[in-house]
Amino acid sequence: MATSTPIADRAHRRGRGPASRGPLVIRRGRAAREGRSVTLTALTAIMLVYTLLPLAWLVINATKTQEGLLNSFGLWFAGDFALLDNIGTTFTYNGGIFTRWLLNTLLYVTIGAGGATLLATLAGYGLAKFDFPGKKGVFAVVIGAVAVPGTALAVPTFLMFANLGLTNTPWAIIIPSLVSPFGLYLMWTFATDAVPKEILESARVDGSGEFRTFFRISLPLLAPGTVTVLLFNVVATWNNYFLPLIMLKDPDWYPLTIGLNAWNQQAGTAGGEAVFNLVITGSLLTIIPLIAAFLLLQRYWQSGLAAGSVKE
Amino acid sequence: MVSGHSNVRGAWRTQDRSWIGWRFVGPFMAVFALVFLAPIAYSIYLSLFRTRLIGGTVFVGAGNYLDVLRDPQFWSAFTRVAVFLVVQVPIMLFLALLIALAIDSGRLYGSAFFRIAVFLPYAVPAVVATLMWGFMYGTRFGLIGNINQALGVSLPDPLSPGLILASIGNIVTWEYVGYNMLILYSALRVVSPSLYEAAALDGAGQLRIIWAIKLPALRGALSIATIFSIIGSFQLFNEPSILKALAPNSITTYFTPNLYAYSLSFAGQRFDYSATVAIVMGVITMVIAYLVQLRGTRKAV
Repeated sequence: MATSTPIADRAHRRGRGPASRGPLVIRRGRAAREGRSVTLTALTAIMLVYTLLPLAWLVINATKTQEGLLNSFGLWFAGDFALLDNIGTTFTYNGGIFTRWLLNTLLYVTIGAGGATLLATLAGYGLAKFDFPGKKGVFAVVIGAVAVPGTALAVPTFLMFANLGLTNTPWAIIIPSLVSPFGLYLMWTFATDAVPKEILESARVDGSGEFRTFFRISLPLLAPGTVTVLLFNVVATWNNYFLPLIMLKDPDWYPLTIGLNAWNQQAGTAGGEAVFNLVITGSLLTIIPLIAAFLLLQRYWQSGLAAGSVKE
Repeated sequence: MVSGHSNVRGAWRTQDRSWIGWRFVGPFMAVFALVFLAPIAYSIYLSLFRTRLIGGTVFVGAGNYLDVLRDPQFWSAFTRVAVFLVVQVPIMLFLALLIALAIDSGRLYGSAFFRIAVFLPYAVPAVVATLMWGFMYGTRFGLIGNINQALGVSLPDPLSPGLILASIGNIVTWEYVGYNMLILYSALRVVSPSLYEAAALDGAGQLRIIWAIKLPALRGALSIATIFSIIGSFQLFNEPSILKALAPNSITTYFTPNLYAYSLSFAGQRFDYSATVAIVMGVITMVIAYLVQLRGTRKAV
């Protein structure tokens, strides 16, 4: 592993040994003495308007009826406040199919993203802490796979799964979600620093088995990295569009993303009812859990991402 | 699990330890083989055959590849994502760089809020982001329509064939600028404060510090962000595929290589040719990503 040594060296040179796993992003200090600038804040706020405006648009328009959408100004509320009605209708429209899509999404996220995180944590730890035959091959194959366009795999995966009778079942979504090369890479760089060799050595001397050592000692040390990988896997699975688009025909198995898109397309079909108010309200409901997760877990993912990204 | 062996361990410890890593890496690699390696092998196999209505499936060797390379629809799609890549990626990364530098400078009021707010769009699914922007683009009941009505002007339609690629570029920029900002910002945070102190003692101004210390420190992170953006651009699919419902006249079935591969498979049932298109794009992506990485690391030396 030619690459792992310089990485470890660099981390130590910067004084970030295993001991300082804290969220390094929080560190300021040099900031304070420079003095804050109103001009710079105002200029950067332009960017803030750009990123937040569409979200504001979404919130505002989720309060409008289908008619209100068509004849009111986009960035202000219409006369009637229909948010609660819209939410109610979103959940009951078409026999409550939205609830079904939400439950499907939760299923795919729990098993897919949860499983992907477990596999990536185990494998990343294995790559970081053990020497074994074929290790270089594993590394090369996985890193090479990151560059393979995910969508390039979709058609052959679909054909394979069709032969196995897995298309149009939850397995068609869950199995491909279980592999996250990016998660593996992140866990590998993270585990290199976070779990000191000495602890593993002394556990071995005490006769602790490798898996017991992993669950009792290493896993808690890996927590910030694991939370980061979990969060990013949850986002990837929750937001997955291409895979379910090709794998699923039956609306009963749709996740939220495909369902919302189907509602949007409905207006364009012959005799289809235009339900843009439901598309907008459903979109808002779809993004709230993820935004909440990112806000609540900030401390974890920001430090985890930092650890992964600094190390080329 | 393994602890039962402890009494024997001493004897074959060295061999045992050399294989034990596989117990951790094995489960990942098994699923990886199933959903990465097998489909790649299968699509290479598919690309060597051709199914005809009459005569069944025949081996054609490189025939499909030669067809792709002579296919004007493929090249039209490829050129479109290449233009997208050359224009959108630099704009997005430049914006991300500016914000990262602004937040890192420590001179913003409420910098923690800026950091999280700019990043938030990353948590929004492509479907929702595209629908939102698609509605806002609308000249009939979207924001553009509102502006036209209020000011009595007629702005060009963002969903028209001439502007659709720029409109998609805007959506993608919105989705990923915060993510890239965070990668660059994280790289800036590990620059040792002593470097800044030394620079300040030498009388270096902010711009000089950015040029001489911060930008060199960002080289690795920038090259990673560039590679991910290149891969993303060549894979462009979700945004045009979803916008198609709102702008059916502007987005063709071969708008991007991926959309083309998708249409070939699921509208045309031409799986072999579709697999070939996917492989050709995969190889091009890998070559370009490799060249960028090579350039990134060579500069670093």
